[in-house]
Amino acid sequence: MTDAVKISNRNFSVFYGAIQALRGITLDVLAHQILGIIGPAGSGKTALLRSMNRLNDLNPNCRVEGQILLDGEDIYQPEFDAVRLRKRVGMVFALPVPLPLSLFDNIVYGPRLSGIRARARLNELVERSLQAAFLWDEVKDRLQTSALRLSGGQQQRLCLARVLAMEPEVILLDEPCSGLDPISTSRIEEALMALKSKYTIVLVTNNTKQAARVADTTAFLLQGELVEVGPTDRIFTAPKDQRTNDYVSGRFG
Amino acid sequence: MALAFTALTSLLLIAIFIFKEGVPFIARVGFRDFLLSSDWRPQAGHFGIYPMIVASLLVTLGAMLVGAPLGIACAVFLNEFVSKPVTRVIKPTIELLAGIPSVVYGFIGVVVVAPLIRSQFGGPGLSMLCASLILGVMVLPTIISISTDVLASVPNAYREGALALGATRWQSVHLVILKAARSGIVAAVILGMGRAIGETMAVIMVAGNTVQVPRSALDSVCTLTAKIAMEMGSATGPHRQALFAIGVVLFLMIMMFNALAMTAIKKRFAGK
Repeated sequence: MTDAVKISNRNFSVFYGAIQALRGITLDVLAHQILGIIGPAGSGKTALLRSMNRLNDLNPNCRVEGQILLDGEDIYQPEFDAVRLRKRVGMVFALPVPLPLSLFDNIVYGPRLSGIRARARLNELVERSLQAAFLWDEVKDRLQTSALRLSGGQQQRLCLARVLAMEPEVILLDEPCSGLDPISTSRIEEALMALKSKYTIVLVTNNTKQAARVADTTAFLLQGELVEVGPTDRIFTAPKDQRTNDYVSGRFG
Repeated sequence: MALAFTALTSLLLIAIFIFKEGVPFIARVGFRDFLLSSDWRPQAGHFGIYPMIVASLLVTLGAMLVGAPLGIACAVFLNEFVSKPVTRVIKPTIELLAGIPSVVYGFIGVVVVAPLIRSQFGGPGLSMLCASLILGVMVLPTIISISTDVLASVPNAYREGALALGATRWQSVHLVILKAARSGIVAAVILGMGRAIGETMAVIMVAGNTVQVPRSALDSVCTLTAKIAMEMGSATGPHRQALFAIGVVLFLMIMMFNALAMTAIKKRFAGK
């Protein structure tokens, strides 16, 4: 089961107007693993991530070519429902964006959209997801206060909890720790390691060390191209491509 | 600098003048007899403006019932569902509506809306309902233009955040974006109210101008502003002072609306 392909990018390209952000990416995401995507700014990491839950649809200038398969189904087929896709493929953004609601309402936002109304069920979801995101102990006494009052690290873990509450199959994280201190970062990393048994995780990060710490597989992107992908150990110790070697050893980027 | 000062001074002088004429009058007639009596017979020395206060407030409320939902819906539509180029055409067009002289709105009220009300619902046609409908349309530019600005300032991250959680466009609007923009939209509506309560010309033309506490929306009413405008030309002595006193009441009402709007806006920018 661990080797099953969850998401498969096949010769996938993204254009923003005249600019090509991704050039024919072919990359498999294996189930119950953490895939780390590394690369310098502007390498297309975020574009790739946002393609996997079709958040690029919001941008009218965006055009895609190729396929992305989720469990073998092409998510860019016109009949594939983007809203349902996003329920299966949750996302955590670089900047924590708690909705301007209470902690509780932030977490049950997704479940409520899927029609879960029963109070007991919602309470249970809130507790379980907050615990999975290692946030429960810090906030359990103030679930009704505004989510905007939390610290940055707490907000990011709230966003993670919010995604978990939807019980997705895949979690996409877009540089989730870029604005966080080392302690908050390690909290998030801990949470991710614990979560991969249940979910498939794609982690875009600017921090190569983070990828080395948590990812099972690491992919290196450069200027919209997939340079190299392989088991994290190998990528960091014996990269095949000179550019990967330069990047992971900190020679540029 | 001098120009700004001149403008400010003249505004201040107008305010002082109105208060100087009006406040002593209220003091003489008595607060109760002025604000809470329904007896308006200036020749006989009775100056009760209660029916007009009620009329002004009800007409304004009616205008908000018409204008606020329409305006907010239009703003949401322009911001969330329409492509940018279309918005760039429609929004200035709506703002242009604010430039149409109010007498034109009144004219449409008299010629189109009032006869329609008369034939559909009975009554004189020139009524509170008619005034509310016309005013409701007149406040649209204010409400739409402020609401669209507020909605446009809601961070895109909220939209994406909601969508990434599996919300449809519509769900993201009513569960997140409207909440984030709430205080700004409240401010827009209150400013619209200020506009509605101060409007005079169109109201004179369509409200019927009978001094009475209305029993239904089809009754003819006379608002505070209409009273001042109609009688100022011929009033003398205490009658004239009474009209200034009405001005004071209006002045305070509008100040109150604006203060409310300001608090709503401040609350927004102070963050939660």
